[in-house]
Amino acid sequence: MNSLTLYVMTASALFGIGVYGLIIAGHLLRKLLALNLMGNAVFILMVTVAGPFEHGPDPVPQALVLTGIVIAVSATALALALMVRLYRETGRATLGDNDGDEEVDDG
Amino acid sequence: MTQALMLWLPLLTVLVSAVTGMVIFILGEKRRRLRTVLNLSAAVVKLALVGTMGMLVLAGHTPEFRIALLPDLDLVLRADALSMLFATLSAVLWLITTIYAVAYLERSPDRARFFGFFSLCVAATMGIAMAGNLLTFFIFYELLTLTTWPLVVHTGTSQAIAAGRTYLRYTLTGSAFFLIGLIWLYGLTGPQDFVVGGTLAHFHGNADTVLRVIFVLLVVGMGVKAALVGLHAWLPQAMVAPAPVSALLHAVAVVKAGAFGLVRVVEDVFGRSLLGDLGLALPLMLVAATTILYGSVLALRQQDLKRRLAYSTVSQVSYIVLGVSIGGPVATIGGLVHLVHQGLMKITLFFCAGIFANLLGVRAIGQLDGLGSRMPWTSACFTIGAFGMIGLPPVAGFITKWYLGAGAIAVGQTWVVAVLIASTLLNAAYFLPLVKRIWLHPPPEHWPAETRISRVERGAMVGSAMAAAALSLLVGVFASHPLSPLTWVSGIVMEYFP
Amino acid sequence: MTGEALAGLVFLPLLAACAVLALPSRSGRVPGTAIVVLSLVGPLVLLLPITVALWTKGAFSLQLAGFDRPLGIVWRVDALALLLLWLHAVVGALVGVQALASYPTATDRGRRFWPLWLLLSGGMNALLLSADLFNLYVTLELVTLAAIGLIAIDGKPAALKAAMRYLLLALMASLLYLLGVGLIYGQTGTLDLYQAGQTLDPALLPITALVLMLTGLLVKSAIFPLHIWLPDAHGNAPGPVSAILSAMVVKVSIYIIWRLWFWMAPAWELMTAANLLGVLGAVAIFYGSILALSQKRLKMIIAYSTVAQLGYLMLVFPLASAVAFQGAVYHLLSHGLAKAAMFMAAANILLSLGTDNIKRLSGLDQRLPMDVFTLALAGVSIMGLPPSGGFLGKWLLLTAAWQQDGWAWMVVIVAGGLLSAAYVFRILAATCFHPKAAGHNRNIKALPPAPASIAALALALMAIIAGFASAPILGLLEAGLPPEMP
Repeated sequence: MNSLTLYVMTASALFGIGVYGLIIAGHLLRKLLALNLMGNAVFILMVTVAGPFEHGPDPVPQALVLTGIVIAVSATALALALMVRLYRETGRATLGDNDGDEEVDDG
Repeated sequence: MTQALMLWLPLLTVLVSAVTGMVIFILGEKRRRLRTVLNLSAAVVKLALVGTMGMLVLAGHTPEFRIALLPDLDLVLRADALSMLFATLSAVLWLITTIYAVAYLERSPDRARFFGFFSLCVAATMGIAMAGNLLTFFIFYELLTLTTWPLVVHTGTSQAIAAGRTYLRYTLTGSAFFLIGLIWLYGLTGPQDFVVGGTLAHFHGNADTVLRVIFVLLVVGMGVKAALVGLHAWLPQAMVAPAPVSALLHAVAVVKAGAFGLVRVVEDVFGRSLLGDLGLALPLMLVAATTILYGSVLALRQQDLKRRLAYSTVSQVSYIVLGVSIGGPVATIGGLVHLVHQGLMKITLFFCAGIFANLLGVRAIGQLDGLGSRMPWTSACFTIGAFGMIGLPPVAGFITKWYLGAGAIAVGQTWVVAVLIASTLLNAAYFLPLVKRIWLHPPPEHWPAETRISRVERGAMVGSAMAAAALSLLVGVFASHPLSPLTWVSGIVMEYFP
Repeated sequence: MTGEALAGLVFLPLLAACAVLALPSRSGRVPGTAIVVLSLVGPLVLLLPITVALWTKGAFSLQLAGFDRPLGIVWRVDALALLLLWLHAVVGALVGVQALASYPTATDRGRRFWPLWLLLSGGMNALLLSADLFNLYVTLELVTLAAIGLIAIDGKPAALKAAMRYLLLALMASLLYLLGVGLIYGQTGTLDLYQAGQTLDPALLPITALVLMLTGLLVKSAIFPLHIWLPDAHGNAPGPVSAILSAMVVKVSIYIIWRLWFWMAPAWELMTAANLLGVLGAVAIFYGSILALSQKRLKMIIAYSTVAQLGYLMLVFPLASAVAFQGAVYHLLSHGLAKAAMFMAAANILLSLGTDNIKRLSGLDQRLPMDVFTLALAGVSIMGLPPSGGFLGKWLLLTAAWQQDGWAWMVVIVAGGLLSAAYVFRILAATCFHPKAAGHNRNIKALPPAPASIAALALALMAIIAGFASAPILGLLEAGLPPEMP
């Protein structure tokens, strides 16, 4: 198993866990964590694409990943703010339509 | 000057009513007097414009307005002899109906909305009359649907809303068929203006089946509004609308638009000879004949006056289709002239029915007893209309039936004469009892719901009914006058049958 | 000159956003309003030289900061981009009138609202100009995040939930898109859409990348069955936000799909995928319309109508001809105008009634005639009845379907029109002819601000006028068709 395969497999596994979490988790914080996991998987893949080749790694994908991380951080921040607001308004941090059925966390 | 006139006149005639409608909306509910003045003067202006256009057409010009909607797809408004027939009819009847409607709706709410859409509806009818190609026809045909729907549901009762729903279901589905046929036709031949003899006359392609399918699609599209049998169910339901709407819808706008469209499709798109080659004339004839008999039979069973008139419309409009599909100059004259004749006679009948209902609450057949002594003038008008429908000379209806019968014999379709006789007997069977009740039965002690209205209103309503009745008598008596519908139609037909 | 104008399109709103934020809270109404008005009207002026340049010279590009491809970012203006920029400028300016009325700049709400709105506007312009796959990702994120902030701005629980759901799906969607971008860069070593297109061939990896990017974008453009977030988000957002969301935000992701499909991968012959996209569109048309028929609230009806109308834009994939493309773009433009008008009118009604429950709307034609008229006019275009832009778009799509014997597509288009008529007339019947109307609607609390009603009416009128003014638009498109389009 060379390192490329390892990276790709790790990324795929992370992405899978992320998708699973996004669908299964009820609490919004968990959903967000799952999303971030998916994001990390994508970033790993992109870094893998970047090399290293014979004359060093390609800097462009790394720059892209940096930008991607910045965007992911800001999107997560927005999501957290929304979640907090939602919690203050409804007393819950879930998206269920009939909130009473779901487990309530302190978010 | 003439050049500018030629260019703008067709558009102007459409815009007069459209702008009037818009202004009425803006004026709002309370400016009653201004609205009435505007309405009437617009109707008069329109009549003058149509008259001018008629003169130009008589002088051999063809006023035409053209604007490109898409590259190589034009909206064309053009005044030819056939459009003038329909345009004149709607302009004249708009004036009369407006007078009637102003009086009829004097005390009801939402009049601004009513008259606004009423004017828009007439604008759409004008567009249909002057459409220079099938696309333009389609556009105004759809506009007519849009502008008549608010009139059908005007009263806002759940019955009216249900009727409006049925109306939309039928007409919009019909126009979906129309649209597919239209796209198909334009795909085959490219966009083409109406031509005497048919745009398809010079179409060289081995596509008989395709052409048949297109014809059926177009006939379904037109047939919904023309209330051909099977597609007619919306019409009696739409009777919940106020009487002026019924009068306008049944006499002029909607059903006539359908019938007029069928004439255009037969004469100016497919062309008579192609229609014969494809073997489509006979099926159309059969459909028309069935509708005539079916409508009459159903009319016989109605106990509500307006519904009986509605089924009578189903039957009468198909005379137009019948005449055109029989072919041959004489029958075509009969069909086309019925466009005008039926309009005049039916509007008379609906005006009278509206007066009976509005002033005395008389709506059912059984309540007509003795009306002749109470309302002699209106009853006389009703009688003239009814006699015309039956086809008694000298009222206009007689001429139609005469030409249809003679035309059918001339081309060897003698069975049509049997249909005409049967239909005449049925017409008599459902109209004569009404006339008998009105004049010969004793009046009841109390009328169902008597309303007192001012002399002016009453005069306006009865006056419009009398004007319509007089017109249906005049076009019959002076049928040979050079400006009569019959002479005009003969001129048109001479072009189709050189 | 055009370079400055292009930069202005992007940076004027962004600078204005900063300026509104930086204004001291006691500066009063005038400066804030002036800044906002300037950034609303500015794009209309800035687009003039760009239009002239495109008209006279054809499509042109601009290298940002002089860096050449593959490293630099390139902006490219062609007919499609220009038309969408115009749509955005016009819709943005007129919707902005309503937004100014409901979010005055001097208030707290206004100071929260306008920076986001202007950020959205600048991001959208940048997106429409960009020809760089990664830059498209960044701008799309900018647009999406700003839109989510705007949906949630009033802090109503329903809107917060809708925004949250939209955010989760949108984030996942952008990751899919980003993954695709990474794969394409790995294959081609460039991020420029056109350059990548020249070197790519339909092998496994590029197709995987395309599918990933498409899936992500289909979520963002709410194409059935990935539309689940849209009705709640568009139906619960504040009025002007719903208008810009339905008119522009969902459209720009479809715009990227078109770019990828017709410009990056024009000769890949993906007929199965194209048909699949078309079928999704067809299902969306039926599903959205039928659900629109069963909604109880006016804004939800309009939102589901958006789901349905977006389906028409998918039909261009299986039809794939110049006429179909023109039809789809025309449909996009007229739907943008009409839908924004409808949402604005609905917002005015909601404002004056306090509810948009369809059963409470009776008698509105007496009290709010202008807004009801707007609904009716915009409805004509949505139904695709003549004369309107919607009709011409449908006509072109039908013609394209006919040319390829696509009978099934013709039936879909026509039947979709009938269904939309059903829900539009349901609205009109409820507002004007309700059986229990009995004169006037007594629930009216306040009349909507007149400028808001006039702006909505102006948009609806434009949707109708689009039925007569096709020549310049189609002429532009004719010259800027995608490559390899028959």
